[in-house]
Amino acid sequence: MNFKTFLGTLALTTALAIPAIADEDPAIAARQGQFKLFSHNFGVVGGMAQGRIDYDAAMAQTAADNLFHLTRVNQTRLWPEGTDAQSAERTRALPAIWDDLDDFVAKFAALQGAVENLQSVAGSGLDELRAGVGQVGQACQACHEVYRAESS
Amino acid sequence: MRKFVLIAALLAIVAGAMLWITSAPRPMDAATLEEFEGDTERGEKIFFAAGCGSCHMATERDADPLVLTGGREFVSDFGVFIAPNISPDPEHGIGTWSQAEFMNAVMRGISPQGAHYYPAFPYTSYIRAEPQDVADLYAYIRTLPADATPSQPHRIGFPFNIRRSVGLWKLLYLREDWVITGDLTAEEARGRYLAEALSHCAECHTPRNALGALDTARWHKGAANPSGTGRIPAIAGDDFGWTEFDVSAYLETGLTPGFDVVGGSMAQVVRNLQQLDKADLDSLAAYVIRASE
Repeated sequence: MNFKTFLGTLALTTALAIPAIADEDPAIAARQGQFKLFSHNFGVVGGMAQGRIDYDAAMAQTAADNLFHLTRVNQTRLWPEGTDAQSAERTRALPAIWDDLDDFVAKFAALQGAVENLQSVAGSGLDELRAGVGQVGQACQACHEVYRAESS
Repeated sequence: MRKFVLIAALLAIVAGAMLWITSAPRPMDAATLEEFEGDTERGEKIFFAAGCGSCHMATERDADPLVLTGGREFVSDFGVFIAPNISPDPEHGIGTWSQAEFMNAVMRGISPQGAHYYPAFPYTSYIRAEPQDVADLYAYIRTLPADATPSQPHRIGFPFNIRRSVGLWKLLYLREDWVITGDLTAEEARGRYLAEALSHCAECHTPRNALGALDTARWHKGAANPSGTGRIPAIAGDDFGWTEFDVSAYLETGLTPGFDVVGGSMAQVVRNLQQLDKADLDSLAAYVIRASE
């Protein structure tokens, strides 16, 4: 390798390497948007379960329907390798997710199941809704407990 | 010259003896330690209010929170503390302990052999507990499954590995009086008992000084996360805008006022506190808000 080629290679590797470090993977913002939508809808049924707002069967059903569809979004492209809190900025996703991806997927499937149940009970009355919300909360918590860092 | 050496040696012996005396363990009065009748049902509530299982359960994922195997590591500026086995196993747990030994361990940080425990074990909070409640806790823990996993030694460097030094620390920082004082409503007082004597919220939510003691002037103002990245949030001060309703609802359901769901080490705390009556969660909330003013 002569010096010119060496310089060229160096410039090219630097050009390729630096944006890879500096650029935020858009998947991070996309999945955070997804969780904001979860929360925006969960707030309706959660607020009713906590007694912050009056129970309204139609409103509860709409929120639960939304949650059903939101949790059906395919997650494959939202969690690329290298988007954990140790490798990237502005994310609290712990590397443990990628250490045990099967468990992460299983916990997401549990969330889907709990939301499916919530959808079936949301319009049936406050007690039914409260039980359904409790199960969804447990599913959220199961992931947050082991896969999400404390906020900074 | 020989006289000077002799005097210096005598002074050193006197100073050493004073250190030895002041750092000695101070167990509870024999009078306080009458034999209490322990109630396992009440003890179960105390167990969850005090959060014993959060630290003493096994570290494997999905471990049973009622099997008090120990093994969880607590990283600190002084070294790594490792929660011991406190299951009723006679050899590796606390199965052979008497009620009085248990109470001195929990409320004074003194082992049955008379050694000081490190204050990673929050006897600094439990010292404020009612002896009857600790007797109930003793009765309940004896009903839990025994586990024969040996406790691991702490990984502590000099000079903190000299347990007697904890005696001096206790002289400075082991206090029986309440942190939040003044005219409290009955509900706030009940919440203070739960929080300051049992649930030990402040152990994580309050920053520590250079010697690892809680900085009571910054009570509940948030602190570095001892076990990883990020911070334990403030539950007092300008950055904390929750209402009493918010706190009680959070402890009951794990949902924040913004409808995020609890995570991290607080998830286990919520799971424990969900075992308490709603009135006690309301009391805890009333205290947290009172302490935040």
